[in-house]
Amino acid sequence: MPERRTILRVANLAAWYGETQALHDVALEVREGETVCLLGRNGAGKTTTLRAIVGLLERCTGTIEVNGQPTTGLPPEAIAHLGVAYCPEERGIFASLSTHENLMLPPVLMPGGMTPEEIYKIFPNLLTRRDSPGTKLSGGEQQMLAIGRILRTGAKLLLLDECTEGLAPVIIEKIGETVRMLRQRGYTVLMVEQNFRFASGLADRFYVVEEGTMVDQFRREEIAGNLERIEGLLGL
Amino acid sequence: METILGVPTGAFLGQVVTGLINGAFYALMSLGLAIIFGLLHVVNFAHGAQYMIGAFVAWAILEYLGLSYWWALLIAPLAVGAVGLVMERLMLRHLYRLDHVYALLLTFGFALLAEGAFRLKFGVSGKPYPNPMSGGLDLEVTFIPWYRLWVIGVAIAVCIGTWAFIERTKLGSYLRAANENAPLVRTFGINVPRMLMLTYGLGVALAGFGGVMAAPIYQVSPLMGSNLIIVVFAVVVIGGMGSILGSVVTGFGLGLIEGLTKVFYPDYAGIVIFIVMILTLAVRPQGLFGRND
Repeated sequence: MPERRTILRVANLAAWYGETQALHDVALEVREGETVCLLGRNGAGKTTTLRAIVGLLERCTGTIEVNGQPTTGLPPEAIAHLGVAYCPEERGIFASLSTHENLMLPPVLMPGGMTPEEIYKIFPNLLTRRDSPGTKLSGGEQQMLAIGRILRTGAKLLLLDECTEGLAPVIIEKIGETVRMLRQRGYTVLMVEQNFRFASGLADRFYVVEEGTMVDQFRREEIAGNLERIEGLLGL
Repeated sequence: METILGVPTGAFLGQVVTGLINGAFYALMSLGLAIIFGLLHVVNFAHGAQYMIGAFVAWAILEYLGLSYWWALLIAPLAVGAVGLVMERLMLRHLYRLDHVYALLLTFGFALLAEGAFRLKFGVSGKPYPNPMSGGLDLEVTFIPWYRLWVIGVAIAVCIGTWAFIERTKLGSYLRAANENAPLVRTFGINVPRMLMLTYGLGVALAGFGGVMAAPIYQVSPLMGSNLIIVVFAVVVIGGMGSILGSVVTGFGLGLIEGLTKVFYPDYAGIVIFIVMILTLAVRPQGLFGRND
């Protein structure tokens, strides 16, 4: 298989919340069409890494490149225009907007995004709740809406933060199917997961973050032979 | 002579119209404050001064350039809005990350400076501004000048238009979303800092527009804004900070209550709004239309 183009490269990333250093030395690479997962215990720095990539941290140093272009220090709106879309852990559904308005909120930034009809086809629940205020949806529906609305924009690199957290098994299964479908459609996904069982069936490669530092990486094929070491790292 | 609740019909209707006129200005002004507070979380104490500047722009372009009221309706809001854009870009923007009190102090300082400068230049006596519409509606029991009806109609139209813009348009949905979670909206590629600047400009332009509307009714004077703004802040507190619908309904409602108080309990007309404010704060501190968060 020919070497695929690197979409996202992070090296020597350090970041601070006020005076507290949250990231010390994070490095990772995501190639076109890959599904990559960040693993690690609570508070290890996984979410902070995603927030640094989309430009939400006021203070960070090191290298972040999207399609070869350095983005450290750029404002979030500029990074979005490079084709990066972010689905936050808390889902970020807007209470003052209806479900449909939430879906249509992110502007289309480049060609190749899905149409609202396609998204409603993937998540038919959302169509039946189209006119309800966004936050009146169930947790699972809100998660679907949070993922659905970033598929319209044409962004091909999706950052998904803990998209199974607190959801029922049947919904988690649905979200797993969706991530697989996105992969087939050529999307590149960088996800953060606590749920190792869920992620181990989905991602091609894994990085382990501990205390703001990248401590390990492995491919899906390597899981079976190293299960003990991995579970130790994750505290499972 | 016909009466309503023991009051001559003419006097009653006259106070209702006066109440609605005052209410129209309360609504226009608190609407601008609500938009600015909702998105920028800035309590814009410069609002009264910006209203006064709008009236002076109308007066000045008539006095020096011979441009009529109708031109003023267009030019004054643009001019005052432009002042707002510059103020946001150069000063307010740097205060968002600090406590809200800093922005409040900045806008309060601007109001003092602007009012002081205009007093120095024009004195406190005020400049008359001609009524652009002569004649009126003769109802036999009372006479309502056309211009007063025009003010009420335009204020209602501007309020409905602003509400529709925020609740029914795409750009309005950006404003509502940024109001809830600005950082996330930025990750969608929407330039929120520019949106904040334009929103401040829009809110301030509404104050300038109010100033032009007021010029033919009240005198154009450096203190006209500070007289109005105190009542307007009471209106905002009663309606609920940041609520668009709340500011409009409360503005007109309180104008009307004030007018009717003049008919029935004239002694209390000057303080009735503050009595309502105290009662509201006691029973519903977030305001009649405020969200409890």
